[in-house]
Order: sequence, then structure tokens, then C-alpha cells
Amino acid sequence: MLKNLTQAEALREALVEEMRADSRVFVMGEDVGPHGGIFTVTKGMWEEFGDERVRDTPISEAGFVGAALGAALVGGRPIAELMFGDFAAVAMDQIVNQIAKARYMSGGKAIAPLVLRMTIGARGATAAQHSQSPHAWMVHTPGLYVVAPSNPADCKGLLKTAIRDDNPVIFCEHKKLYFEGGPVPEGEHTVPFGVADIKREGRHVTVVAISYMVHKALAAAEKLAEEGIECEVIDPRTLVPMDWQTVYNSVKKTGRAVVIDEGHLTAGVAGEIAARIGKECFDYLDAPVERVCTTDTPIPFSPQMEEFVIPQVEDAIAGIRTVLA
Amino acid sequence: MAKAVTTRPTQDTHLLTMYRQLVRMRVFEERVRDVYFAALMPGLAHVYLGQEAVAVGVTEALREDDYVTSTHRGHGHVLAKGGDPKLMMAEIMGREAGYCKGKGGSMHIADLSLGIIGANGIVGAGIPIAAGAGLWMKMRGGDSVVACFFGDAASNQGAFHEGINLAALWDLPVVFVCENNLYGISVRQNRHQKIVDIADRAIGYGIPGEVVDGMDVSAVYDAAKRAVERARKGLGPSLIECKTYRWMGHHAGDPARYRPEGELDAWKERCPVKLCRSILISDGILTEDEDARIQAEVESEMREAEEWAAAQPFPAPERALEDLYA
Repeated sequence: MLKNLTQAEALREALVEEMRADSRVFVMGEDVGPHGGIFTVTKGMWEEFGDERVRDTPISEAGFVGAALGAALVGGRPIAELMFGDFAAVAMDQIVNQIAKARYMSGGKAIAPLVLRMTIGARGATAAQHSQSPHAWMVHTPGLYVVAPSNPADCKGLLKTAIRDDNPVIFCEHKKLYFEGGPVPEGEHTVPFGVADIKREGRHVTVVAISYMVHKALAAAEKLAEEGIECEVIDPRTLVPMDWQTVYNSVKKTGRAVVIDEGHLTAGVAGEIAARIGKECFDYLDAPVERVCTTDTPIPFSPQMEEFVIPQVEDAIAGIRTVLA
Repeated sequence: MAKAVTTRPTQDTHLLTMYRQLVRMRVFEERVRDVYFAALMPGLAHVYLGQEAVAVGVTEALREDDYVTSTHRGHGHVLAKGGDPKLMMAEIMGREAGYCKGKGGSMHIADLSLGIIGANGIVGAGIPIAAGAGLWMKMRGGDSVVACFFGDAASNQGAFHEGINLAALWDLPVVFVCENNLYGISVRQNRHQKIVDIADRAIGYGIPGEVVDGMDVSAVYDAAKRAVERARKGLGPSLIECKTYRWMGHHAGDPARYRPEGELDAWKERCPVKLCRSILISDGILTEDEDARIQAEVESEMREAEEWAAAQPFPAPERALEDLYA
């Protein structure tokens, strides 16, 4: 059975179902309690699970992210929420030096089953410290799984998988998608890590798009279809592990590839995808791989400038035309 | 906060048990130092010589089902919590048979089965982790506690503030143990913070803070016992500051020329091992002969550990690719 849920509702459904099923699972973060979270994800959960398991924290990111690790190492299964992915920078030691390395440094003895939910993306003119898409920081840190879903069904299915996984998972939620609806399977629904979703099939060009950029890519594909250009749009869904095979198979078919990512251009996830395609599909490529990314600037406040620095449908179309030229 | 008068209870069996642990730590670390100078280990050795009474006194107040978080100077904590000197030495020497299969080394020994959550190369980083472990102890029920070791320099890190604030706010069963050895690498305490007693910071978190003589294992034990009992009853965390001193520099290869003349000798007068022994002997709990026997047993245990470790193979290089994900 499918029902229509927003991303926020789908995430909440995953949290509630997993917390009902496993008493070790709990959430903590800023304003997640009676307030219900600024994006409403935990709305109503405090009423059901109480203060202990829907735990408001002080504004103290290094503290509660580190505490999530401590709880995970001794048997808990915490889900910590970073209200803005930008705040991951405040907790970076705990994420990079502690969480990501706890298992490896112990020679595989420790497990750190925690989920760090964080928002990404620009929405509502919140400027340079509340608009970033810092998933590349996480992808660059071995030991973390990194998830970036584009729709409510994947949000639910991937979050349930993340909660049940014994590894630390960085779960990136795009702010512009929280209140967008979509069909979501009721009850048990999981999506495995490392399996990309081909959102639209096509034979002329492969478009790999991350998170919210999937929607821009699909809009671009729709417009280009009017001219007879058939784009194959791939949503990797998880960045670590990445479903490289699906990407390579597509590029080997189309011979052209564009990567669209809201992260910054330089040293980002798009660059990594482009490099791997360049190596693995070298003999099949008819054009250099094109990246369509946020400019190498902080995100500006003024909406006109914000829109300019972040990839829009027109930028996606321009990128696709470049590789088709 | 009131500061405790350091007491000197002479409970025989306890003190004797603690003495043996002091000697084990002393001998183990002397071996680590020698292994370092003989270039039989890679990397650096942040040895615990001089600070033994802290790890021993605190851990003596813990149970097997309690946890500890440790620091870059962590061999003493691991040994006190039941760490196997063979596996420790093998890890320090980078061998496959070591606690972490050679992936952690001297600064990262962990054994969750013994309640050793992990040593830490980042100063202060274990403090929020200890708070989180305490959070789960409280949430899952039972009365286990977490002892969190860190140094004087860690008390200037943001992680110190954030971790203790959380533990205090939520009344978590954590005992924060500051090993004030007077130096953050080369910078003396009076050059890295305005205060003299780090325990004073407890008042800022609304928890008890106590200064103890970190060279007196009984004083450390007494303070730790009070703090552990408080934590077990669900009354929340405490901060214990142990005034201590490290015999060597920041690591074994650091000649520590930054220390004023005579400072080391003055502290060595109050050597925790000697201090404990003299009490045991003057109270008639230990004879010179028994002491010689303990020394010989420990020497032999640690020599065996070192020889065993040195005979273990190094990991195959490609094993570096394992153990990243569960």
C-alpha cells in the first residue's frame, strides 16, 4: 500500500517505526523534543516516546555528536540530528577523528551504530552558514556511510536501513524537499545502501544527480526530450557506498555524462564521479565528463545571488548541451 | 566547591592490591620506554611513569561492568582496567596480534569487552564520548558508571565544556578525572590557564569538584569511591582533579628541557610507588621480602609480555584495507 507523505513525514514514519521496534533506538538534537524539530521531522514523537528517547540537547554540537558515539559504542543506537549540516563543522573532530575511526582504530572490535541526520542545501535565504551542502566532507572521510535521498520513499527506506546498520551513517536531507510529497510504502520498507535508482531511461547522455538535484535533472531531461534528446537520469541515493556499476553501465551505453551536485565544484563528489567515469569508461566516452555544481563561493544571502551560484534547471540543460556538442 | 582533605586510610588488602598494580604499571612503562629507545616500536610512546596512582586509585573504585575512556597517555588506564600486557605490548609494537591488529598503536588501545572504550589521540575528545556512554548506561538501566580520564590541557578544550555540561545537565553516571601533570606538551599549566585548581571549574557545571593528591593512591581511591558511589546512585557526575607529574617529557623522546631545574626531582620525592610501599611496610602489611617477590613476579610478567610481543609477526600490509566497515 502506498500513501502520500512529505519527506518530513516519511522520515518521521521511519523513526517512529524503528523506535517502536527497538528500544535501543533514540533521537537527540536541538529542538527535537516538544518543539518537534524546525523542519517538523520529530513532531509528535516526544509525546509518544518521552524526554529520554526524544532528547532535546543544548546547542552543543561537539558535545551531543560525541555523546552519540559514546552511547553507540556501549550498546545504544542513537540518531543525532544536526539542524543544519553547516553545524557539522562544529562537531568535526567527533565526526572525523572519533566516529569515522572508532571501528578501524580498534582493529574492527568496536561498532558505532549511529545515524547523524543533517540537513543540506539552500532554502529560504539563510546565507553562507545555513545553506551549505557539505556531504563531500563526509565522503572524504573513510569509515562513514553517506546517504543523500531525493524523495520521501527513499527517505523512509534508507533511514530504516541506516538505523539498522552497524556502521555510522551520515544521512543528508535536503531542506527544499521536507514539504514535498510523494508515494511511500506503508509499514516495512527498506532501501539497501549502494543501489542507485535510474529515475529516467535514455540513450543520449547519462545525468548523475545528487539529492535535490535529481529534480533539476529530471526537469532538464523533460525539456530536452522535446528536442528529441533522451537523458538517462541516475540517482545514486547513497554516496558511500556508491553504486558505480550502474553509473558505468549507463555511461557505456550513452557515451556522455554530466554530474549535477549542489556541493561546491572543486574537490567535490561530482569531481570524484567524473574522475571514475573518466577512468572506467574512457573508451566509451564521446566527450569529457561535465560537472554542474555550486560555484566555489560561500552561499550568498540575496535570493538573486543564491539562485545564481546554485545549479538551476538552465545550468543542467547547458551542461548537458556541452557534452552533446 | 569544598576541597577534600587528603586522607590516608590503610586498608590492607586494597592497598596491597593497588600497590601491585602500581608496580605493574611502573614496570610496564619502563619497558615501553626501553622498547622506544631501542627502536623496537614505531611512532611515539607517551609513557605514564609518575602518574600511576591516578589510574590505579580510580580503577580500584570501579567494577568490571564499568567503563573508562582514556587518553594519548593511556597505557596505565588500560592496564588498570584489566588490559593484557601481552596484547598491549604487541599493539604498541605494531603487531598483528595486538589489541587493534596494529591499526591503533600506543594511542588507541581499546577493548570493549573490558569496558575500555578507547584511548584517544585528540586531547579532550573522550569527554563527550564518556558523557554519551554514561547516557546509555543511564537509559538502559543498571548502575554502571564511566570514568573519563583527561589531562590539564584538555580542560581548555571545548569538548571538556560540552561533555561535562551534558553529563551534569542529565545527571549522567560519569566520573571526570583530570590528571593534572602540570604540562600540555611543553606548556606549563600557569602558561595555559589562569586558574590553579581545575576542580574549580566544576562549580560552573553545578557538580562537585575535588582536588586530590594524585601521588597518593589511597587519596585517589577515596575520592573516586565517593564520586563513583554518587554516580551509581543516579546523582550525577563529579570532577576529580589529581595533582600529579610525569617523569618523562610529553613522550619518551622528549627531553623536556622546558621544565625548571629541580622540579622533576621534587616530584620524584613523592613517587606514588615508593609512597605506597613505605605505608605498606610501616603499617606492617608488606615485608621487604614480600615486596621483592612482587617486584620479581611483575618483572617476569612484563618481560614475558615484551618477549611474546616481539616474537609476533607484523600484519600483512594489505590488511590495512580491512576493519573499516562492519
